[in-house]
Amino acid sequence: MGKRVGMEVSIAAAEVVGLCDVDVIAAYPITPQTHIVEHLSELVADGHLDAEFVPVESEHSAMSTCVGAAAAGARTFTSTSSQGYALMAEICYIASSLRLPIVMAVANRALSAPISIWNDHADMMMARDTGWIQTVAENGQEVVDLLLHAYRVAEDPRVLLPVMVNLDGFILSHMIEPIYMPDKEEVQRYLPPYKPALRLDPRNPMTFGPVGMPEVYTEAKKAQDEAMKGALPVIVEAWKEFEKHFGRAYHPVETYKTDGAEILLLTMGSVSETAMTAVDKMRAEGKKVGLVHLRLWRPFPAKELVEALQGAKAIVVVDRAMAFSTQSGPVCVEVKAALFDHGISTYVQNFVAGLGGRDVTVEDFEMMVAKTSDGLAKGLPMTYEIVNVRE
Amino acid sequence: MGIAAEALKDFKGFNLKKLPEVEPLSSGHRACQGCGEILALRQVLKALGENVIVASATGCMEIVTSPFPQTAWRVPWIHVAFENAAAVISGVESAYKALNRKGKIDQPDVVFLAYGGDGGTADIGLQALSGALERGHNFIYVCLDNEAYMNTGIQRSSSTPYGAMTTTSPPGKKSIGQRTWKKNVAYIAAAHGIPYVATASPAFALDLMNKVKKAAMIPGPAYVHIFSPCPTGWRHETDLAVEVARLAVLTKIFPLYEVIDGRWILSRKVAKPKPVSEYLKVQRRFRHLTEKDIEDIQRRVDEEYEDLLRRCAMSGGEPEKKEGEEAQGD
Ligand SMILES: Cc1ncc(C[n+]2csc(CCOP(=O)(O)OP(=O)(O)O)c2C)c(N)n1
Ligand code: SF4
Repeated sequence: MGKRVGMEVSIAAAEVVGLCDVDVIAAYPITPQTHIVEHLSELVADGHLDAEFVPVESEHSAMSTCVGAAAAGARTFTSTSSQGYALMAEICYIASSLRLPIVMAVANRALSAPISIWNDHADMMMARDTGWIQTVAENGQEVVDLLLHAYRVAEDPRVLLPVMVNLDGFILSHMIEPIYMPDKEEVQRYLPPYKPALRLDPRNPMTFGPVGMPEVYTEAKKAQDEAMKGALPVIVEAWKEFEKHFGRAYHPVETYKTDGAEILLLTMGSVSETAMTAVDKMRAEGKKVGLVHLRLWRPFPAKELVEALQGAKAIVVVDRAMAFSTQSGPVCVEVKAALFDHGISTYVQNFVAGLGGRDVTVEDFEMMVAKTSDGLAKGLPMTYEIVNVRE
Repeated sequence: MGIAAEALKDFKGFNLKKLPEVEPLSSGHRACQGCGEILALRQVLKALGENVIVASATGCMEIVTSPFPQTAWRVPWIHVAFENAAAVISGVESAYKALNRKGKIDQPDVVFLAYGGDGGTADIGLQALSGALERGHNFIYVCLDNEAYMNTGIQRSSSTPYGAMTTTSPPGKKSIGQRTWKKNVAYIAAAHGIPYVATASPAFALDLMNKVKKAAMIPGPAYVHIFSPCPTGWRHETDLAVEVARLAVLTKIFPLYEVIDGRWILSRKVAKPKPVSEYLKVQRRFRHLTEKDIEDIQRRVDEEYEDLLRRCAMSGGEPEKKEGEEAQGD
């Protein structure tokens, strides 16, 4: 039986990866991800984990090593943040195109310049179109659970795609939280051994990563897109299975006090917990406010999201990254598109908040809701703004 | 005895009269006529046999062998990107190590080969190569040096020789062509202190194959730098690749040697070297050079050869006599 422990979330992430019978870990340090791979290297050094720990010379090589290892039939893991992700991005596209079930934890951090080691979602957004499945954790328990879920989904023969588990840097990665840590048997019951569909094997030679002429490239991308779309029901199924094994339920779109809500906040990541506190406060004051938060960013759960948002008079989308010179932050663009596709023209306000480690407080959420409700009442045009900018 | 010397105790070289029949790289690929690079690659693979996994960098050899749905590869082969063949093979090798140790597979004898052009090796891939050499993975890295970025249309690399014309080092009123001297990646590899480094040429096929075979026998990283003429980029006749490669050795421009456990050993001493002009004149990439330029190049070639001889003398490396070698030499 597993047990409840008080543990730093990064250490918990490493512990659960260590229970997953990984074969190859490639690692390069970057704050705030470092504790994860440091602890994995300790597990290997102490003989608790039988894996090759490859201390590569860059993130680009970390992902390249994972690609080579996964293609050779190994279960692989790496972790990064921010600039590290930017450096490995080239190979991330290739990992998903080669349909390799690599799992990576990203301790989300802002991108330079100016250099900032603190949290926002710029790296997660950069990874948006790489063809990776992306889940987003809200607290330490979810980091552990989503990592387990990640292997189960990635290696499902119906999926075979890499999975990125996002956790907010510092805010989550460096917190000590009470976490239920499963034991090895529980993990094994949930996660079957990795059986690669194809592998680099001299007894059965295959060519991986050939040239795609114009006659085949589009077809390859379409197939990849279909795999991604087809992953959604498998992701949900794996969460249902997870609930059976561990009793904790996850969904692509989560709701909090949405019954009868007229204004809905929409968030991703650990800020959702602050948003819940804000919702509690506003509800206590008689305001009809609720929260919808996204657990799954890719594949984008448009249908589930629209269902959750339907009926609200206004939606407050909180983005944690910039999309320069556009009319909305990256999450809001998706939300608006999903609503439009379903013939819904709800009033949507978009706020960019919490860049580069700036706190997003309960008061901030109250302010966003107040502005939105005012705009709605006065019929003001929908806006997009960065909150709390000091002029 | 060093690691490499120990592993090579019972080394038996290939025999000119009886070469391996395996062709892990099949015919029907799309390399240009007379390509020295594909010839070298074929020799490498003949030497390694079929129990091998290959990682390719982006470049001519990747493009010409793998237009989907065709493939010229009879052995497992993976291409990921331009600069990461050494990192990819690090992953493959690590996977095999872990999977064998954990009893998930039983394939302990697989040979791991990564190869790239000079661009993918001397420039953009140097970091990944250095990382993989330093970490000590058990693999062979082969640089197929055709002295420019050929796949993208003959641009200069840091391995392009002084004075050569490429599309980004064009000679002109204010330019001689390539302004810098060729980067010596074999020396850089040797400076990592790995057990085996060698230079080779497809014009000396037995020597090349023997070196690759040694590289496979030695545990840990091995680096083989292969001089690979490119008629398309060097502007020489398509039937001259082997001749040009031979001239590079006989003019001392590309000396053949090994570094075994840090001992430098000349593979063949060029006793009566030919003048570099003989090598330069068969290639139109050098045709703009003046007598004075050629003298400068000759001087530099002599100096570099002396430096190599000094390394051999200082580390106590003796030239090795090899069967069959004379027959195809000068
Ligand atoms: C990151 C990146 N930059 C540039 C390229 C374009 N590119 C592909 S192959 C190549 C040149 C290859 O030259 P070399 O490694 O010398 O091999 P050759 O083609 O000469 O055999 C270049 C520049 C690329 N594929 N990836
Ligand atoms: S361009 Fe040169 S290296 Fe490339 S295939 Fe043609 S001859 Fe070979």
